[in-house]
Amino acid sequence: MIKIRKVTKFFDKKKVLDNLNLNIAHGETFVIIGRSGCGKSVLLKHIMGILKPDSGEISIDGRNIGKISEKDLNGIRLRFGMLFQSAALFDSLTVGENVAFGLAKHKKISEEELRRVVKEKLSLVGLESIEDLMPSELSGGMKKRVALARAIAMNPEVILYDEPTTGVDPIMADAINNLILDLHSKLSVTAVAVTHDISSAYKIADRIGMLYQGRIIEIGTPKEIEKTNNPVVHQFINGSAYGPIAGHT
Amino acid sequence: MFAHFLYFLGRYCFKAVNHAGRLFMLFFDTLYWMVTPPYERKNISDQMVKIGIKSLPVVLITGAFTGMVLVVQTYYQFRRLSVESGIGAVVGFSMTRELGPVLTALILAGRVGAAITAELGTMKVTEQIDALESLAVSPIKYLVVPRFIACMTLLPILTVFSDFMGIIGGYFVGVKMMGVHGAFFLNNLKFVNPSDIINGLIKASVFGMIIAIVSCYRGFITTGGAEGVGRSTTISVVASCMLILVSDFFLSVALF
Repeated sequence: MIKIRKVTKFFDKKKVLDNLNLNIAHGETFVIIGRSGCGKSVLLKHIMGILKPDSGEISIDGRNIGKISEKDLNGIRLRFGMLFQSAALFDSLTVGENVAFGLAKHKKISEEELRRVVKEKLSLVGLESIEDLMPSELSGGMKKRVALARAIAMNPEVILYDEPTTGVDPIMADAINNLILDLHSKLSVTAVAVTHDISSAYKIADRIGMLYQGRIIEIGTPKEIEKTNNPVVHQFINGSAYGPIAGHT
Repeated sequence: MFAHFLYFLGRYCFKAVNHAGRLFMLFFDTLYWMVTPPYERKNISDQMVKIGIKSLPVVLITGAFTGMVLVVQTYYQFRRLSVESGIGAVVGFSMTRELGPVLTALILAGRVGAAITAELGTMKVTEQIDALESLAVSPIKYLVVPRFIACMTLLPILTVFSDFMGIIGGYFVGVKMMGVHGAFFLNNLKFVNPSDIINGLIKASVFGMIIAIVSCYRGFITTGGAEGVGRSTTISVVASCMLILVSDFFLSVALF
């Protein structure tokens, strides 16, 4: 479904993605792990078409998103939902307006229906009666959950999660993991998640890929990754300060 | 040493041309999205309130005092030549052709331009602009077009108020404080042609476009957290003010 071919991206002189290749199949949950600043979020933004690669191509269902019109790209984006690392709620809108934003812009539905969908999506992420609050009145974890409600409001086929469990308490982190699993099993949603949280990755992933120095250096099921012989992956999943990736970012 | 100088000069020129090109691209994209339905009516009216109505008090006060100080300065010069009665025409011409549009634009560049850059810059560094794109909403249509329309249409309206208050302020100081004959003052205002007023308003509208595009552009390219937002805001206000004054010269040559 998502094919990434030889994608390279520079920020100034720093090469963040280096000839990266990756295939993500329809209906699978693929988790990308890697150190902070290694380009995980950059990769997600490339898949969404928010960032353009300096070279290489990204195809969604066979269509190279770098070579289609803005209108067609927006058509593809409507099939996606994205949870941002910083939640990225719109400051000037209420929680309800944030969750309803995509629906209000793209679907012709009544106010009453909008309110119903907002309520339903918020309750899915464990939040109730906060529609009229402003984002500034929410805790970090609540913001994340509202952002997740916004990402799933339009019933997307593909959901991109950027650090879904960072900044939430362990119980809520597990609830979010369960929600990701639920969406996957009930709706066959394709999911791409980037995370540092190894236990979360093991729980939700069908496959895990490790991003290191701009490339996916290893891909495997959670069990395969757990038993890996790759010293870089081994060091990362064990959270050791000593090993081949010390001093690198 | 000389090679270093050339290197930095070249790099500076390249950056300046790059920014100018991207500013023009944003301007043309804004024009495209401005005429592409559906229209962001609520967003446009919200921006008009923010940019127009909330700027009115400061524009009125500035306009009035500009007219007042203009009369104080010109009165003493004109008295030496015994042509005090011409003050009305000087105030009328100066306010409608130059001071009204330029001072209103400079005030808005500081008040509104800074706010736009800070708001959009914060949205940029907190990924809100990326979130808009991920929801298949054009940030230019949703964020730039309403601000562009509000600045382009309201700056001329605010300029009318500024012109009016400048002339009222000038009349008050000239007639009530300096002793210029009221009838002479008003009679001399008749030398101001409708074209003077209209050309002043055209200038104001162009200044409004400059403020909106420069402020939004700087907001969109903000990086580096709170410090970056502060830096972008400063650059935005300085660049807007410079472009207003430079374009004022060329517009004045072309229009008057």
